[in-house]
Amino acid sequence: MTIEAKFHIDRGDFVLDVDVTLPFQGVTSLFGPSGCGKTTLLRAIAGLERHRDGFLKVDDMIWQDAKCFVPPHQRPLGYVFQEASLFTHLTVQGNLEYGFKRIPDTERKISLENAIELLGIEHLLDRKSDKLSGGERQRVAIARALAVSPGILLMDEPLAALDQASKQEILPYLESLHDELEIPVIYVSHTLEEIGRLSDHLVLLEAGRVVAMGPINEMLTRLDLSLIHGNEATAVIDAVVAEYDSLYNLTHLDFGDNAGPSHRLTVAHQALEPGSRVRLRLAARDVSLTLERQSGTSILNIIPATVNEIIGEEAAKVTVRLMAGNIPILSRITKKSAVELDLKPGKQVYAQVKSVVMIR
Amino acid sequence: MIFSDADFTALMITLKLAALSTLILLGFGTPFAWWMARSRWRFKFLLEAVVALPLVLPPTVLGFYLLMTLGPYGPLGALMKSLGGRPLAFTFTGLVFGSVIYSLPFVVQPLQDAFTAIGRRPLEVAATLRASPLDRFFTVAVPMARSGFLTATVLGFAHTVGEFGVVLMIGGNLPGETQVVSIAIYDHVEGLEYGQAHWLSGGLLLASFLMLVAVYAINRRFTVVKP
Repeated sequence: MTIEAKFHIDRGDFVLDVDVTLPFQGVTSLFGPSGCGKTTLLRAIAGLERHRDGFLKVDDMIWQDAKCFVPPHQRPLGYVFQEASLFTHLTVQGNLEYGFKRIPDTERKISLENAIELLGIEHLLDRKSDKLSGGERQRVAIARALAVSPGILLMDEPLAALDQASKQEILPYLESLHDELEIPVIYVSHTLEEIGRLSDHLVLLEAGRVVAMGPINEMLTRLDLSLIHGNEATAVIDAVVAEYDSLYNLTHLDFGDNAGPSHRLTVAHQALEPGSRVRLRLAARDVSLTLERQSGTSILNIIPATVNEIIGEEAAKVTVRLMAGNIPILSRITKKSAVELDLKPGKQVYAQVKSVVMIR
Repeated sequence: MIFSDADFTALMITLKLAALSTLILLGFGTPFAWWMARSRWRFKFLLEAVVALPLVLPPTVLGFYLLMTLGPYGPLGALMKSLGGRPLAFTFTGLVFGSVIYSLPFVVQPLQDAFTAIGRRPLEVAATLRASPLDRFFTVAVPMARSGFLTATVLGFAHTVGEFGVVLMIGGNLPGETQVVSIAIYDHVEGLEYGQAHWLSGGLLLASFLMLVAVYAINRRFTVVKP
């Protein structure tokens, strides 16, 4: 259940040289600065650009090797471009049907109604594409790609061309795709906020090369990578709703690996069904450390953890990577505190989390 | 009846010539324009210059070379003779041949521009929606270039109706075979038959104007639709 991609693309002033194995499940983000080659890699995976000497195997299908090149229209994929690129000569309905009617009945796993409902575009079907807002257009483009029942969905910065309001309009739909469909997604973006909300895996590209890759929470908390620095440092944690405390309007959430001990976090409101999966964001600057469990504090979220790594990027502050079981979180404290608490790798501490934001 | 029988025949021949030439031009001009719009061949500019030649050449120059080619001693004329036919000069078929070359840029250029304006993106989208190259051409490129097709058809037709120099050189002036309206008008003026020249000229003027009005009106509606 993997995607093996090996490409060497030389354009003179730009060289993409990758040899990666990506998971064929969940959302995998290709992240990096503009010009790092993430879109080129995505287009090569789609077959929109043909490069010699490439190798591409998706699940058990060879899409490209020394002997063969499967043209894009024969690859069971869906592709969402940065600009919605709707067909202007067709209505919304016509756009949705374009791919759908080219799929044999037996391969249809997503009905047109499903796709329309998932993206909430029932009211737009009779419109011409030029009568839609940017956000609506991109929703139609996503539904159109889903209507071919793709085995994999490739998305090239689908939110980058949109204003902030339209982004916020679309993000919930992207999240619901993740939750309701089992289609692997490769998502290109240069915005960490989007990636933190949507992805399960992250591939970091720089100047045409893969610098690092791994699960999202691990990648975001790796201190040796240039992903998040200083005050912006953030960890994301996937958790499960344990119970809702109706007396105080609080929701208790459990996280942790299957084997190790489970940890609990509490957030206000959010009356969710027990068992629902949520994603939490813990900003490093909201996490403080104590050597003993504090009593008589207003802070509800206190997690036992082990110091894993410390780096001081600037004069007064350090970033501490902690392991709560095997889940990494970050804490940002003053250098003075780090010295006074005598923090070093392996030391047991308690992380006091001032605020937890549910981002999904 | 306003027109004499001879004028009416000339009118019919003109319309037949224009319709046939336009159809032939659309037939091979479409794939040619598509190729020109998509190709990255480095010497493509040479072909573009050749296609544009009829725009700048005096029709008599074009007609002269066509006469040399199609006449009994020209390469095509000789070929026709060896196949048991007759040279194409001074025949209706010869006129169609000349008109196709004469009106080539008026059909190919609007089509090429329209195909270029579509860009690669809609075709890439169609490819990711399972459309084969031929499928993409007919279901995306052609409908999106429809204003180009309209312009190409009307300009190709109208320009053929308006040709004079080429026809005079290779068609002669055979009533019922190669006499077209523009030459009939010339004949009327030569014979001081101004009344009939008026009717034919006025009719041609009005028809041309109406065709162009239709093109601009319809294209205006098309271009309002923005991507």
